[in-house]
Amino acid sequence: MIVLSDVLILAAIVFCISVAGIFINRKNVIILLMCIELMLLAVNMNFIAFSYFLQDINGQVFVFFILTVAAAESAIGLAILVVLFRNRQTINVEDLNSMKG
Amino acid sequence: MVELVVFYFFGAVLVISASMVVTIRNPVFAALFLVLCFFSSAAIWLLMQAEFLAIALVLVYVGAVMVLFLFVVMMLDINIARIREGFVRFLPFGVIVALLMLIAISLIVGSGYFEMKMPAAPASAVSGYSNTTELGKALFSNYLYPFEVAGVILLVAIIAAISLTMRKPRSSKAQQPSLQVKVKKGERLKVLHVKAEPKQDQGG
Repeated sequence: MIVLSDVLILAAIVFCISVAGIFINRKNVIILLMCIELMLLAVNMNFIAFSYFLQDINGQVFVFFILTVAAAESAIGLAILVVLFRNRQTINVEDLNSMKG
Repeated sequence: MVELVVFYFFGAVLVISASMVVTIRNPVFAALFLVLCFFSSAAIWLLMQAEFLAIALVLVYVGAVMVLFLFVVMMLDINIARIREGFVRFLPFGVIVALLMLIAISLIVGSGYFEMKMPAAPASAVSGYSNTTELGKALFSNYLYPFEVAGVILLVAIIAAISLTMRKPRSSKAQQPSLQVKVKKGERLKVLHVKAEPKQDQGG
């Protein structure tokens, strides 16, 4: 039988992999967006696990909302990326310093 | 027992493909490995009896979001060699941070407070139980207002994505009310003075 902490540790492993991915792929915006999707997936897995082991449907409702917001976020992010590439011919994060932030 | 095998198999696939996503050289392969991640986590969600969300994950993420990612990756002409520089330099740093986070999280999660077993008599054991029905009941009663807000967020995302990527010279014709108001009578109306001519005989 699997226990709750097994699922939580699996989700933690996926989350930490995507945190490492953000650090090591810090030049490539597309991979950064993919790592964010992976983080949201790990968090969603926590919600599903708690929802199942506590027998409470509300966790799944939250996963539903996170899926909605993540889809909207990636659509807008990719649109920004396309506009950026059209204007600058690069998606390297280091070249995107015109705002001197 | 079967649950254990299924869980560990799909968990291993999930971890391996997640680490391929962050380390592989070609962004197209990274997107494809992310698809594999979504599939294996959908299988784990099915194991936890979240059927509707597992199907929604495959449909929404694999069917829509990842196709969008693949389109963008293939549309942009990326110089991989330039984008990969610094990969080795940041690799140890990223791995150390991730390992520290993992140790911290698993100290909490594995501390014995989360040792709940799978429920012996889950709600789904009742005949006629449907995960989709239960989710819909919660969504359209307690969470109706957040549900509407989620719809508005999707609408905003559509409008933002379209207006961001639309090219400058619009092919559509649009009114410009300021020009319409500013126009003077003399620019549009011309009074012609036509000389009167005597009426001809009626034909016959």
